[in-house]
Order: sequence, then C-alpha cells, then structure tokens
Amino acid sequence: MSNNNDKINQKEDSETVTSLSQLFLSFFKIGAFTFGGGWAMISIIEREIVDKHNWIKRSDFLDLLAIAQSLPGILAVNIATAVGDKVRGGKGSIIASLGTILPSFLIILCIAIFLTPDMIKNNHVISSIFMGIRPAVVALIIAPVITSAKAARLKWKTVWIPFVVAFMISMDLGFVSNPILYILLGGIFGFLVWKIPQFKTNKQ
Amino acid sequence: MQIYLKLIWAYLKIGIFGFGGGYAMLSLVEKSVVEPGWISESMFTDIVAISQMTPGPIGINSATYIGYVAPGNVIPELSGPLWGILGSILATLAVTIPSFFLVLYCSHFIRRHHESGVIKSIFNGLRPVVVGLIASAAIMLMNTANFNPQNISWQLYTNIAICAIAFLLAYFPIKTGKKAIKVHPILIIILAGTAGYIIYG
Repeated sequence: MSNNNDKINQKEDSETVTSLSQLFLSFFKIGAFTFGGGWAMISIIEREIVDKHNWIKRSDFLDLLAIAQSLPGILAVNIATAVGDKVRGGKGSIIASLGTILPSFLIILCIAIFLTPDMIKNNHVISSIFMGIRPAVVALIIAPVITSAKAARLKWKTVWIPFVVAFMISMDLGFVSNPILYILLGGIFGFLVWKIPQFKTNKQ
Repeated sequence: MQIYLKLIWAYLKIGIFGFGGGYAMLSLVEKSVVEPGWISESMFTDIVAISQMTPGPIGINSATYIGYVAPGNVIPELSGPLWGILGSILATLAVTIPSFFLVLYCSHFIRRHHESGVIKSIFNGLRPVVVGLIASAAIMLMNTANFNPQNISWQLYTNIAICAIAFLLAYFPIKTGKKAIKVHPILIIILAGTAGYIIYG
C-alpha cells in the first residue's frame, strides 16, 4: 500500500516539475512582447508564471520583484533570473534569462544588419502601431498594481505605503524619488514593525 | 581586438552600476560609449529610439545594437556582420552577467533563511513598497509621449479609450458559459497595435 502511494507521489512530482523548454518558451514570449521597460512585462509574467502554469505564488512573485528591483542590472532579466531559479534552480535561471534576452537580441541584430536607423524611425506603419501599443502598455501596468495590492494583503498598518511610495517616486525629484531608497525603508519598516515586537514578547 | 575587451569592460560596469532598469541606465550607457568615441551622439539617439520601438528590455536592445556597431566604428576592418555579431554577443552577455550572479546569490541567501523571522519581517515591509513601485511606473508612463505625442485632442481621447479598454480586458475575466477567461496580455498588445495601425496608419 505504502509502495503504491510512493508511486503516486513520484508521478505527481514528475508532473509538477516544470520542463525547461516550457520555461524557455514562456520567457521567450515575455521578452518578445515587452514594450516600455521591465514593469510592462509584469502582466505577461503574472499570466504565464502565476495564473497559467502556477509555478509560483503571487505573493512570492512580489518578493522576487523586490529582489530584482533592488539589484543593479536590467530589471526584466533580473526578474527572469529570480523566477527561473525559484522554479528550476540554476539551470532554470539561465534558461529563463536567455529566453528573455533572445527575442530582443535577434530583432536588433536583424535591424542592425539589414536596415538603417532611419528606416525604422521614419516608418509610418511602425510608429502608428506604437501609438496604439503605448497606452495599452500603461493599462498593463495598472492591472498588476491591483492584483499585487491584493497579494500584498494590505492592512491598516501598511495600506498607506504604496500611496506614499508611488507619489514620491513619480515626483521624479532625484534622491528622494529613488526606488532603492524605498526598498531600504520598506525593509527597515518591516523589521521594526514585525520583528522588534517579537523580541520583546520573547524576553517576557 | 582591444575594442572587444573595452566593450566587455564598459558593459560589465554598466551591469554593475546601472540601477533602476533600462531608462535609468541610459545616461550611464551614453557616458560609456559616446565619450570614448565608439558611437556618435546622433547614432546613440537613434539607437535609443529604436530600442524603445522594438520589443524587449531597452537595456538589452541598446547593448546588442551598440555592440554591433561599435567595433566597426572604431576599427574600419571590423565592420563586417560577423565582427558586429561578436560585439553584440559580448556586450549583451557582459551587461547581464553581473546582475545574474547577484540575483542568484541573493535569492539563494533569502531562501536559505526563508524561515528566519528577520527575513520574513523585512519582506512584510517590502511587499507594500513593491505595489507602490509598480504604481509609480504606471503613473510615470501616463505622459504626453504615450498619450498625446502630437498634441491633438481627438488622439488624446482615442488613446485614453485604448488604455481603458486594455485595462478592462486585462483585469476582468470574460465569462463564456461556465468558464471565465482572462484575455492574455500578449493578445491585448497585438489588438492595441492593430488598433493603432487602423486609426493612425
């Protein structure tokens, strides 16, 4: 009987292990359809990684975003590295990063080899397509604001934080608008509010 | 050949010191590639424009492009496509490798101390900040360049409508029978591009 259970467990395990090709394909799609910076890809990542494949939980995804944003480098690739590592370890992180990089790499190479900058810049068809994509990209960043706010389980203690952070950063005032400042402050706030009280109760 | 080493070194530095994603990194990129004379100022502006108009992270796009053009600009014998491709591979890898290892190291460190109260408390404070970061990205993109580049009022209203419809599609599932289907964001981008072509093309 226990033997049977083991077999069932093994089968379930092999089904839940994400295939590397699946991971590559998801991040290739993410890289190919990300317009307007790393934040714009969050909607696509959420759909592919959280909703469709259930590779990670939405709250874990927020934690990975915090790591990706607080480190230097290209946000999209940092997110891919963190998600790939979470899902399939070192191999997964390489595959996910390559998947994100490859579409842009190939497209730009084609442009650099076969076209001149002016052919793209002054192309009426491309610029008209972009006039339509740009406002949609903004919408694709507004949607994850709401889903991530739900996943963050905001309480009265924390609900003011997103408003203050969004306001300060979008003022674009140099140092006080630096996202890393708020990641540091958020970490310190978390430590003070959740950890320090634990020390006190432990002492008693 | 020295140009390739210089290119790698410049892009490693950009990868290490470039905080805040593509747009924030651009001034650093400009300093590293325009000042040594690898790329002219006007070529750099062109490359940035194209990096914004093509899919993918702007930091990767510009690294690939600059890596392709720079060797031939510095040494005319290196202007063939093969030398260019070598440059773009090196620049693209160099800009991603530092953060690749940093991200791996940090996420492993955090996973190892996953159960520690300190890490948990820090992430409790970080999650609301991340919500604010995403919101700030959305707010900063609600600008005239995205909604009304030519300062024509009917275009502004059209673009607001595109944004609103895209949001409804992205956020609310469509009910078909018993199932509720969410429209894939990629499909939304394709639809928006098609709308742009029909309206403005």
